[in-house]
Amino acid sequence: MRNLHRRELLATSAFILFGSTFARAGIIQGSLPWAPGAGAPPIRVLPGPWHFFTPAEGRAVEALVDRMIPPDPETPGGRDAGCAVFIDRQLAGPYGRSEGLYVSGPFRTGTKQQGAQSPLTPAMQYRKALAEIDAYCKATYGGRTFADVEDSEKDKIIGALETGELKLSGVDPKVFFTTLLKNTREGFFGDPIYGGNRDMVAWKMIGFPGARYDYSDWIDRHNERYPHPPIGITGAPSWSPR
Amino acid sequence: MRKLPHKDVVIIGLGWTGSIMAHGLADAGLDVIAIERGPWRDTATDYPPSYAPDEYRYRIQHELFLRPAQTTFTFRNTMKQDALPIRSWGAFMPPNGVGGGGVHWNAEMWRFAPTDFVIKTHLTERYGEKFLPEDMTIQDWGVTYDEIEPYYDKFEYLCGTSGTAGNIKGQIMPGGNPFEGPRSRAYPTPAQKQPYNATLFAKAATDLGYKPFPQPSGNMSQAYTNPLGVEMGPCTFCGYCEWFGCGNYSKSSPQTTILPVLVRQQNFTARDNCEVTRILLDASGKRATGVVFVDTSGEEWEQPADMVLLCAYTIFNVQLLMLSGVGKIYDPVADEGTIGRNFTHQTVGTATGFFDPKKFIFNPFIASGAIGMCIDEFNSDNFDHGPLGFVGGGYMGQVQTNGRPIETTPVPPGTPTWGAKWKQAVKENYQSTVYSGSGVHGSFYSYRDVYLDLDPVYKDRLGRPLLRITMDLHDNELKMSAYLTDKYAEIIKAMGAQMVVKKPRTGPYDVAEYQTTHLCGGAIMGTDPKTSAVNRYLQSWDVPNLFVLGASSFPQNHGYNPTGTLAALAYWSLEAIKTQYLKNPGPLVHA
Ligand SMILES: Cc1cc2nc3c(=O)[nH]c(=O)nc-3n(C[C@H](O)[C@H](O)[C@H](O)COP(=O)(O)OP(=O)(O)OC[C@H]3O[C@@H](n4cnc5c(N)ncnc54)[C@H](O)[C@@H]3O)c2cc1C
Ligand code: SF4
Repeated sequence: MRNLHRRELLATSAFILFGSTFARAGIIQGSLPWAPGAGAPPIRVLPGPWHFFTPAEGRAVEALVDRMIPPDPETPGGRDAGCAVFIDRQLAGPYGRSEGLYVSGPFRTGTKQQGAQSPLTPAMQYRKALAEIDAYCKATYGGRTFADVEDSEKDKIIGALETGELKLSGVDPKVFFTTLLKNTREGFFGDPIYGGNRDMVAWKMIGFPGARYDYSDWIDRHNERYPHPPIGITGAPSWSPR
Repeated sequence: MRKLPHKDVVIIGLGWTGSIMAHGLADAGLDVIAIERGPWRDTATDYPPSYAPDEYRYRIQHELFLRPAQTTFTFRNTMKQDALPIRSWGAFMPPNGVGGGGVHWNAEMWRFAPTDFVIKTHLTERYGEKFLPEDMTIQDWGVTYDEIEPYYDKFEYLCGTSGTAGNIKGQIMPGGNPFEGPRSRAYPTPAQKQPYNATLFAKAATDLGYKPFPQPSGNMSQAYTNPLGVEMGPCTFCGYCEWFGCGNYSKSSPQTTILPVLVRQQNFTARDNCEVTRILLDASGKRATGVVFVDTSGEEWEQPADMVLLCAYTIFNVQLLMLSGVGKIYDPVADEGTIGRNFTHQTVGTATGFFDPKKFIFNPFIASGAIGMCIDEFNSDNFDHGPLGFVGGGYMGQVQTNGRPIETTPVPPGTPTWGAKWKQAVKENYQSTVYSGSGVHGSFYSYRDVYLDLDPVYKDRLGRPLLRITMDLHDNELKMSAYLTDKYAEIIKAMGAQMVVKKPRTGPYDVAEYQTTHLCGGAIMGTDPKTSAVNRYLQSWDVPNLFVLGASSFPQNHGYNPTGTLAALAYWSLEAIKTQYLKNPGPLVHA
């Protein structure tokens, strides 16, 4: 039964609450309720057209992530690492809809210590903020969109989002910046199966071996560089020559 | 509402305490049913090594945890504020599903100190009544370390705990924690091997005159077969432990220690994906007649039973007591009522050490959930609080659990949060930084104005009021955290760090920032029904055929992780049920 709904993997527990057949109430007696093939491995993100972004939004986000994590001679930047693809697929899925979170009103502004209280889902936040940022750029830089302004201008704009100086209508610039930064890093450092960290570039950059599961031989080899390259959930490129 | 056939015992929640109680009572021949809100979980299906190591899915998206949409809490710092709902988890992560927190805990397996159980008496005797802040409401537990020692031992042998004993029957043992209470025998398995950072910490601590010891760990140092015949394999230091299920059967959990035996018992049944919504009381209000639960289709069922065991985790225990009308909800102004009283959490401090990248390679990804070297000089009352002006403390250690890069890529202060400089700093410091999230694991004592009650505004999906948390850090805890974090930073410095960034806990308490999932209190144990919800056997003062298990019974939180103690108390309660209650059902203590 679980197999049929693999697509919704990140929402498994949420489905219980929505009463879907995904995880139905059951009775367990006599033996462990184990069934072959019942796992819920993650679904691999495939490159291709945007699922959530419009073409204009896609260009803006690629430009944003490529300034937040710029390319250098050794490691690609956010764009080539796939951060925008990662964010797109996340926004098109349960995360983008705030699925599983508590979204009942009333919505009130609280203290920082009370945590985020916005009624906007991440998808709504991106939609509004990206439109606002492009509108600001067009008005300020002679009709050019964010993706088309100079890198130094891009950096100024991102900096102004971070400090909150760049006012956006309908969305808090600082909240958007925090979400964008968090998602960009998630895409960069998460498993490549989600569309970012292409060819495990981020893991190679820092020397993180990824989804390896056994360091028994290495626990007492102190101050020695771990020599093996990273692997991901779907393996390593070298395992399956294309 | 449909009524199910009567059972001897109904257990609410099949996590650590639920599994212990279910096994013990089924073993005693009773007909037992456990009702669990979340799904059944097992290693092969839910976290096999092929996809368990997924930081995004399990750590960031909280795959194994309760969804706030199902139920959450409201929060405010002070009684003057309006509480707002916790929309996405932050300061703590409520478990959900068979195995409860045991599935995705670190398995740091501590015992509380002997003085912790008599803390009010002890501190008053040593420092005088006036030494304690006026609004501090700490209490003795009503049970002593010596009384529950055999049950600590029982839980550790169930789990196969890896560690080095520090005190066997009063004799101080080399390499162990000299401050621990006497234990009846050594740990079932030797301590885990330690990575470079923990080894350096131990050396630096020794040089400074402390007595470091390996953290007691439920990540197996070697294969182990427990007294029930369940087998575990050695931990491979995968570094996907806290927040994750273990794909190797190496981490102690109900799944790896009890459930395979429990489900084979014919007089045991479990229901998963069923949430208990209230405990039913008879007309007198003094006897529980069973529970009501709702299944995934929204249908309500009544499960009648002679005994009800509430094993739903601290805060859900309190929620169900309140929503069922058991006992009186605490009122901090009148200082009356017991349900919701003495709610506590944790005061974590930390320090990050930046080392010379040319000289140090820590391989931070080689780790386990409960690995590390610790010292206990600044815990409990192991040090003289007199000149310091605070009470409480915590263990501290190099207990880094992972190098997963979404979470663990520390950069020196002053580094921009994005851009080329950030990227460069991440790259430079990843291998040469010591970053232990809960390095200073401080206590959180209880106060009159830190408590739980029902929210007047916000409701859950079933239309029931959310539980409201009113909680702030008091000066005593902030002073404690500052002092301990200083001491901790000295050790990190002595390890050879070029720069140490201290982060003691500061106020106000922030519900969006993770500390631990060690919520305690709200239905505390004690000797007086006016100031406690359950007696020393965890039996409800108000409803004697109801027992409330878990850290909800802790009168305050001490400087250790709670599960060793709450599991020991479960075995202690189980013993009292089997040897006293079943023969003569009724109050085990007459107040
Ligand atoms: C990330 C993390 C790391 C941790 N690390 C450590 C550690 O290293 N050391 C330590 O000592 N402790 C640790 N803990 C805490 C530890 O998990 C808990 O102390 C322990 O699991 C508590 O046992 P319990 O039986 O009280 O509750 P749980 O084990 O949480 O079980 C309670 C069960 O009741 C179910 N339930 C709740 N409400 C209902 C309802 N209404 N109806 C039906 N079922 C319900 C829940 O779904 C859950 O399965 C950690 C916790 C977390 C989340
Ligand atoms: S660190 Fe060890 S105990 Fe923890 S999940 Fe990995 S293998 Fe299991």
